[in-house]
Amino acid sequence: MARVGVFICFCGANIADYVDVPQVVEEVKRIKEVKYAVEYKYMCSDPGQGMIRDAIVQHKLTSIVVAACSPRMHEKTFRKALSDAGMNPYLLEVANIREHSSWVHQKDKKAATAKAMDLCRMAVAKSIANEQLHEISVPVTKRALVIGGGIAGIQAALDIADARIQVVLVEKSPSIGGKMAQLDETFPTLDCSQCILTPKMVDVASHPYIELIPYAEVLELEGFVGNYKVKIKKKASYVNSKTCTGCGTCWQKCPVKVPNEYNLGLDKRKAIYTPFPQAVPNKPVIDAEHCTMLTKGKCGICAKVCDKGSIDYTMQDEIIEREIGAVVVATGYDMWDPKPYEEYGVGRFKDIITSLEFERMVSANGPTNGVPVRPSDGKVPKNVVFIKCVGSRDEAKGIEYCSKICCMYTTKHTILLHHKVHDSHAYVFYMDIRAAGKGYEEFVKKAQVDTAATYLRGRVSKIYKKGDKLMVRGEDAQIGQVVEVEADLVVLATAVSAPKDNPDLARLLGISYDKYGYLSEAHPKLRPVETAKAGIFLAGCTQAPKDIPETVSQASACAAKVCGLFAGDTMKKDPMVSTISNEYCSGCQNCVKVCPYGAIITDEVPVGHGSRELRTVAKINEGVCQGCGSCVAICRSMAINLAGFTDPQIINEIVSI
Amino acid sequence: MEAEVKDQLVSIEKPGLIAPPNWEPVIMGILCNWCSYAGSDLTGTSRIQYPPNIRIIRVPCSSRVDPWFLIKSLQTTADGVLVSGCHPGDCHYISGNYYARRRFLVTKKLLNFVGFHENRIQFSWVSAAEGPKFARVVNKVTEDIKKLGPLHLYKKENFEK
Repeated sequence: MARVGVFICFCGANIADYVDVPQVVEEVKRIKEVKYAVEYKYMCSDPGQGMIRDAIVQHKLTSIVVAACSPRMHEKTFRKALSDAGMNPYLLEVANIREHSSWVHQKDKKAATAKAMDLCRMAVAKSIANEQLHEISVPVTKRALVIGGGIAGIQAALDIADARIQVVLVEKSPSIGGKMAQLDETFPTLDCSQCILTPKMVDVASHPYIELIPYAEVLELEGFVGNYKVKIKKKASYVNSKTCTGCGTCWQKCPVKVPNEYNLGLDKRKAIYTPFPQAVPNKPVIDAEHCTMLTKGKCGICAKVCDKGSIDYTMQDEIIEREIGAVVVATGYDMWDPKPYEEYGVGRFKDIITSLEFERMVSANGPTNGVPVRPSDGKVPKNVVFIKCVGSRDEAKGIEYCSKICCMYTTKHTILLHHKVHDSHAYVFYMDIRAAGKGYEEFVKKAQVDTAATYLRGRVSKIYKKGDKLMVRGEDAQIGQVVEVEADLVVLATAVSAPKDNPDLARLLGISYDKYGYLSEAHPKLRPVETAKAGIFLAGCTQAPKDIPETVSQASACAAKVCGLFAGDTMKKDPMVSTISNEYCSGCQNCVKVCPYGAIITDEVPVGHGSRELRTVAKINEGVCQGCGSCVAICRSMAINLAGFTDPQIINEIVSI
Repeated sequence: MEAEVKDQLVSIEKPGLIAPPNWEPVIMGILCNWCSYAGSDLTGTSRIQYPPNIRIIRVPCSSRVDPWFLIKSLQTTADGVLVSGCHPGDCHYISGNYYARRRFLVTKKLLNFVGFHENRIQFSWVSAAEGPKFARVVNKVTEDIKKLGPLHLYKKENFEK
C-alpha cells in the first residue's frame, strides 16, 4: 500500500493569495493513499525541505508530492531533499499549482483552488505508480576523433592532446594544413599564414598523443557517446611512409605533369608529389589516377631512383578501426564556383580569376613567385578590379547568406597588390563593407588610405573585352551613374560554401545539416559547438562561414567539451530512458524506425525457457536513449515503457480527477 | 440550433445528456516538456489569465502521447483534449513532433468516425517563448468545447468512490 506525503507550498503570497491552500490540504487528506499532508510558506527553503525529510522518516512515506512551482524550477531541489532522507529521488512528483493555477486564474479563487486540488490528485495518482530509478553510468573510451586537418582540426587536436587525451586526426588530402596553408598573409595583422600555421602542423605530427592519419576518410561510425567505433579508409599512397625520407628525388624525376590542386591549377605538379613544400607529413603519395605505372604499367622511374626502395606499386587501401569516445568534425569549406555569373565572362576571359587564385599568385611560394600576373599573357597588371559578393548575398545566382570573410580578404588583397605592384591601382565594387571584428574596421580604413584604392558601391552588370583589356561596367550607386573601368585583371571575391561531401558525412555520422550543407549545431546560440548527437562536436567553417580567430576559438571550445566529457571514467546519465520487456516484444521493429538516435537495435533471445530456437526482439541502448518516448507510443504490443513517464503513471493521472 | 445548444448545454454526441447549471468542461492538456510545457510556465510567469478548465499533464515529447491517452481521457474524465508540442523543425528530440502530428491526425479521424465531434481533440504548436499563444490556444479550445456540451458530467464524488 502506497503511503504518499503531500507538501503544499504557499510560495509566500504567490500561491496563497489565489488558492485556498488549507482547503487543498483538507481535500488531499481525503485521498486514501495520502498518509500525510501539510502546508508551508516556502517549501523550497531549508526548513521546508527539512519538513519533507522529517516526514519521510516519521511517516514511512513511499512517495512524495510537492505542490508548488513548476517542476522545471525546483524538481532537482526536491529530489535532493528526498535523497538526503535516504529515499530514491525519483519517487517525487511535483504538482505545478503556481504557473498552472494561482498565477493564471487570479480573478477566480474558487476555480483556482478546485484546479489546484485536481493537479494534486493527478500528482498523487502518478506518484503511486512511480518506481525507484537509478542514474545510469556509461563507460567512456578516452580517445577523440578529429575529422579534417585544417586549422580547426589542428587546433582541436592539439588542445585535446595537450590534456593528455589520445587523438586520432583524419585528413582527406596527403597533408594537413587545409585552406589556411594556401593563404599568403592573414587579416587584420598581415601575419604570414605559413609562419603561424606550419609550427602547429609540426606539433601535430610530433605530438605523442596524436595519431595522424593523412590521405584517409571516415567510412563508418557506430556506437554512442563515449563508446563509438570508427572505420577509417586509408587510401593507398604507394609509398612506404616508414622508410621514405622525403628526399624529393622521386618527384623531381617523375615525367607525368598534372594540374596542381594546391595552386588551383595555375601550375603543374608531378604524379608522385607532396602537396606543398612544408607538407606534414612530408612524404609523397602517388596520384593513382595519373601515374602511368599504375594506369598503363609503363614507367616505374620513381621506384628506380628511390634509394630506400620505398615505392610499392602493389599497395592497397587499408581499413583502420579505432575505438573512440567523441568526434570533432572540422571539414572546413569549399570556394563557391562562380560559373553562373555568365555576364562576367567567367570561363570565357582568362583574366578573370577567383580570390583564392589571386591569393596563390601573391604568395611567395605560389606559382608566380609572389607576383600577380595576367593568366592570358603573363604581364603584371596595373589596374585590378575586385568584385565582392560574387555568390554571397545573391538569391538569384548564388547563396542568400553573407560569407563573412570576403570584405576582409578583399581589403587584404588590395594591400597585397599595392605591396607587390607599386604603381598598380585597385578598384573595389562592393555592396556593403562588413568589418565587424577586433581591429577589422581600423584595418579597412587604413588600407583605404594606404592603397588609395577606389571603392565603388554597386554591382557589376557586365564585363566585356576591349583589346587585351577587360571593361567592367557597373553602377556607382553613390553618384547614381553607370561607370566603366578598364581592367587588366578582375578578381572575384567568391563566396564560401559548404563542403560538397558534408551531406554524406552527416548521414554517416547521424547528425543533421542545413539547406546549404553546413552541419547543424544543437542550439544556434547556447550550444554552438555541439550537435544534436551527444559526443559529436563541430569546429570551423563546416558549421558556418567564419574567419580564422573564430575558427580557432570554436576548435578550442570543442576541445573543452571533449575534455569535459572525458573528465570521469564513466558518464552519468538521467535514468528516464525506455525499457523493453522481452516477454511482450513481438520483434516488429517499428521502434527501431522511429528512434531518432538509433538507440534501438535488435537482439536474439530464446523463444521459450531453455529453448534453442531464437526470435528477434528490440533492445534499447541506455547510453544512447534520450528518453523522448517515441518508441513507447509506437509499440503495438506495449512492450516498451519510458521510466518516469510510464503508461500506468500517465493513465493514473488521466483517471484521477 | 446553435443557440439552443449554447443555452441548454446539450451534448452534441448524446442529445440526451444535458449539463447541469454552471457546468464547466474539463480539458486534458498533454504538453511536451521542452516547448509547450515551458510555454505554459511562461504564461504563468507573465500572469496571462486563461480559463481554469485545463488540467495539464507533462510528457517528455509529443511523440510520447499514445492515442490511448486521448481515448482514455474522453472515456473517463475529460470533455476535450489538447495535445501540444514544439513547432515543426524545433523538436528537442529531432523529429518527435512529426510522428506526433501523423499519429494525432489518424487518432482524430478514428474518433471522428466513432462519433466524437472533431473539436473534442485539438493539436497545437506552442514554443517555450509563446506564453501569450498558449493562453490563446487554451481560450479557443475551452470555447470550442463549451459549445459542444458535456461528454461526462464532472463529478468529484466519482473519485472518492
